[in-house]
Amino acid sequence: MSAATLPAVHLTPKPSIDGSEGQLLEVSMGPQHPSTHGVFRMDVVLDGEQVVKLKPVFGYLHRNHEKIAEQETYLGSMPYTDRLDYFCSITNNWAYALAVEKLAGIQVPERAEYIRIITGELTRLQNHACLIGFLMQDMGASGTPLMYAFREREKILDLLEALTGSRMMCNYMRFGGCRVDFPTGWLQQAQKVVEAFPRFLDEYERLLAENEILMARTQGIGVLPKELAVNAGVTGPMLRACGVNYDIRKVDKYGIYDRFSFRVPLGEHGDVYDRYMIRLLEMRESVKVLQEAIRDIPSGAIMDAKTKIRGFRPKAGEAYGRIEAPKGELGFYLISDGSPNPYRYRVRPPSLINLTVLEDMCLGHNVADVVVILGSVDIVLGEVDR
Amino acid sequence: MLLQQSWDHLDVETPKGFGMDEQLKIELGKQGIFATTLQDLYNWGRKNSLWPLNFGLACCAIEMIATTMARYDMARFGAEVFRASPRQADLMIVAGTITKKMAPQVVRLYNQMPEPKYVISMGACAISGGPFKQGYNVLKGIDRYIPVDIYIPGCPPRPEALIDGLMALQKKIDEQQLTGDHKPRHLDPDEPSEFIVPQFGAHDLEPPQNPEVWRPPLVNISLAGGDDSGTD
Amino acid sequence: MTLEPIKSEIEANVSGCRLEILLNGSPSGQLSLLIDPEHALAVAKFLRDAEHLRFDYCSNVTGIDWPGKEISVTVKTKKIVDGVEQEVEEVQKSQSSGCLEAVYHLYSMEKKHGPVILRMRTENRTDRVSLPSLTPIWRGAEFQEREIFDLYGVIFDGHPDLRRILMWDGFEDHPMRKDYVEPDDYEYEPTAHDEVLQKAKQHLNRAGWP
Repeated sequence: MSAATLPAVHLTPKPSIDGSEGQLLEVSMGPQHPSTHGVFRMDVVLDGEQVVKLKPVFGYLHRNHEKIAEQETYLGSMPYTDRLDYFCSITNNWAYALAVEKLAGIQVPERAEYIRIITGELTRLQNHACLIGFLMQDMGASGTPLMYAFREREKILDLLEALTGSRMMCNYMRFGGCRVDFPTGWLQQAQKVVEAFPRFLDEYERLLAENEILMARTQGIGVLPKELAVNAGVTGPMLRACGVNYDIRKVDKYGIYDRFSFRVPLGEHGDVYDRYMIRLLEMRESVKVLQEAIRDIPSGAIMDAKTKIRGFRPKAGEAYGRIEAPKGELGFYLISDGSPNPYRYRVRPPSLINLTVLEDMCLGHNVADVVVILGSVDIVLGEVDR
Repeated sequence: MLLQQSWDHLDVETPKGFGMDEQLKIELGKQGIFATTLQDLYNWGRKNSLWPLNFGLACCAIEMIATTMARYDMARFGAEVFRASPRQADLMIVAGTITKKMAPQVVRLYNQMPEPKYVISMGACAISGGPFKQGYNVLKGIDRYIPVDIYIPGCPPRPEALIDGLMALQKKIDEQQLTGDHKPRHLDPDEPSEFIVPQFGAHDLEPPQNPEVWRPPLVNISLAGGDDSGTD
Repeated sequence: MTLEPIKSEIEANVSGCRLEILLNGSPSGQLSLLIDPEHALAVAKFLRDAEHLRFDYCSNVTGIDWPGKEISVTVKTKKIVDGVEQEVEEVQKSQSSGCLEAVYHLYSMEKKHGPVILRMRTENRTDRVSLPSLTPIWRGAEFQEREIFDLYGVIFDGHPDLRRILMWDGFEDHPMRKDYVEPDDYEYEPTAHDEVLQKAKQHLNRAGWP
C-alpha cells in the first residue's frame, strides 16, 4: 500500500519558508557535522543567527532491529540490544531481560539482582561522565575534559571486559539472571574504582561550577517548561531538570532498588545547566548505591534454575517492561504467540521521545546554542533509529 | 640534502634504497647529509600525517574516539587532526553501519575529498553489513560504491585493531610507487576519483551497487549450508 | 491497576463509546482496553484530565500488523448426495481482512500509577487504514505515530506533521508488515544457510554457473 495513492495527506519533506518575512536562511546541519552526536540532521531555518524553525531528520542509522528480532529467537536478540544505545549496553540488556521475565513470569535470584545493579550503575557513571565531556568539546574545549572522562570510562570498561569479555557490547544479561559470575578479585578492583570516582567528580564539578564561559553559555539556554516535558513524554535527567520527580527506579521499584538509599536530584529551571548538574549529582548518588551494593552482595546462584535456555517458548501474551536507563525510560514491549520467536518486538527509545521537544527548546536561540542544547538532550542514534 | 632525480625517462621502476651502500648512507648521515629518493620522502610525509575525516556513524565511532583518547593515543601516528570538512581530509574511516538512507551522503563526501585519499572500512557493518545484514535499509558494505583500502573486522574492533589497521595503511602507502605500472590511483589520469552517487528509488537505491567498483567475489556456495543449522 | 473500574468510569463519562477488555495470556497481568476509533479522542482526554486518574504521560505507541487469517466454519446444509437429500456438514472457508493496530501505554507522572493500555484497530489492511491521532492529547505520541505511518501505513487523522520519519521520502513500501518482501541484494553471501542460501543460489543461476 503506497502512501502516494492515498488522498488527503500532504507530505512536506522540507520545512516551508515564508518568503514575506525578509531573508530567511535554511541550513541543513548534518548528517555529517563536527558536533552532532551521530548521523543526525536538523533542517534549521534562520533569521540572521536566530532559529525560526527546526525539524529533526533521522533514519540514517535505521538498522531494522525490530524486524530482525521477529526472525530471531528471544535470546538471539540479546546481542542486538547491546547495539541500541551503544554507550550503555548493560542497561539495554537489563531492560530486555526484564521485559522477557515479565512476559514469562521468571524470578531472578538475589545475587543476580545485586550484580545487575552493580554493572548497571557503573554503566550510568561512564555514560554521564562522557556526556559532560562531549558538552565541553561542543563548546570549544577541544578534547581535554573529554580525555578525563574517557580515562574514567576506560577503567570501567576494563572491569566490564574482565567480567563479560567485551568492552562495549557486553551481551551479559540472561532471562533469569546473568551470564557469568565475577572472577576472583573483581569486586576489590571495582571497589577501588568506585572509591576513586568522587575525586574525579570533584574535579568535574569545579569545571562546571566555577567556569564562567560554561555558565554563560548554558544558564537560561534551552528552557523546557514542566508541563510540556510531561506531555511530550520526556523522561530521564531531562525531565528531572524541569523539576518533575519521576525516576523509574523509585516508581516501579524494579530489581531490588528499594533496598538502597539514594536520592533523586531535581532541577529548578529546566535549562542546559540544570541538566548537566543533575547528571553530576546522579553520578554521586550512583557511587553511593555502588558502595552499598558491593558491601552487601550475598553469595548464591546467578541464574534461575527453572528457566529453559534452549527451546524457550513463553506463553502467548504480551508484556511491557521498562527501566531507568541513563538516557531516560527504556522500555521493551513484547508480544508472544507461543513460538520461539516474538510476534512483535518494540523498543521504546528514550532518545527519540526526548527529541520531540527539540524544536520548542531551540526557538529564538542562536545557532551555536542549538549545538549545546542538542548535546544536553543526550541522544544516541542507535537508539533513535534502531 | 642530496636528492635523487626521478627515473621516469629511463622507464625503470624506482628501486628502494636506489642502490646506495648502507654504510655510506650512515656515514653521510653522521655528517648531517641525508640521502633518499623522492618517492620515499613523498610517501613518508604522506603516511605519517594522515588527516582523518570526522566521520563516525555508529558504535564503532565510539571505539574510534577511544582510540584518539589518552590510552590508545592515535595522535602518535600522525592522525591527530580530525578534520570536519572533507575538503581538508585525506583518510575516511567509515566506522559503523551504512544504511541505504546514508549511502548517498557517504559517496558524496568521498567525492568531495581531494586526492590522494584512502578509505578504511572499520567494523563488520562497514565491510559487509555486519550483524544487521538481513535488513531492508542496510547497505551490505561500503565497498559497493567506493573503493576501500583497508578492512578492519570486529564488532566493534578494539582500539588496538584500529591502530593495526592504520599501520597497515601506512605500510601500503609506503609501498606505493610514483612511476611505473603500479602507480596509485591519484597519479593515474585515467582512473576515476569520483564515483556515482546512488539515488533513492522506490524500493531500493538506484543503482544497488556500482559495478566498476565492486564485483561479487566468487564463492563456492554449493558447499555452504550442508549441515543442519538447528533452530532453537 | 485494575481495568474494570476505569472502564466503567469511561463508559459513564464518554457517551457512546464501545470498550472491551482484552485478556493477556502471559503472567505479566497487563490487560488492555480496546477502544473504538470514533470516540478515541474523547476517551483519551478523559483519561488525561480526570482528577483521580491523570494519565498525563503517554509512554509508548506501538504498531502491530495482524494479517488476515483463513477462517473455516463448519456448517450443516441440505445437499443432494446420490439422488437423496441429506443434511451434510460442509466446511466454508473465508478470509478475514486482518487489521493494523496501534497500542498506547499510559502512565501517570502525577499519581505515579499505571500502566493503562489502549488499543485501536483499523478496519482492514488495504484501504481503510486511518485512525485518529492522539498527538493533540499527548505530544509524546508525535514521532511514534509518524513511525507507525512510515513502517506500517496507518494514517493518523489530525496529526500535525504526518510524513516518513525513518525511511526516505520516496520509499513506497511499509517495511514492518508481515508480507513485505525486501530488495534482492544477496549476490555475495559467504556463510549462507536456509533461506538466505536459496536467495543467493538464484544469483548464481543468473550468472550462468552450474
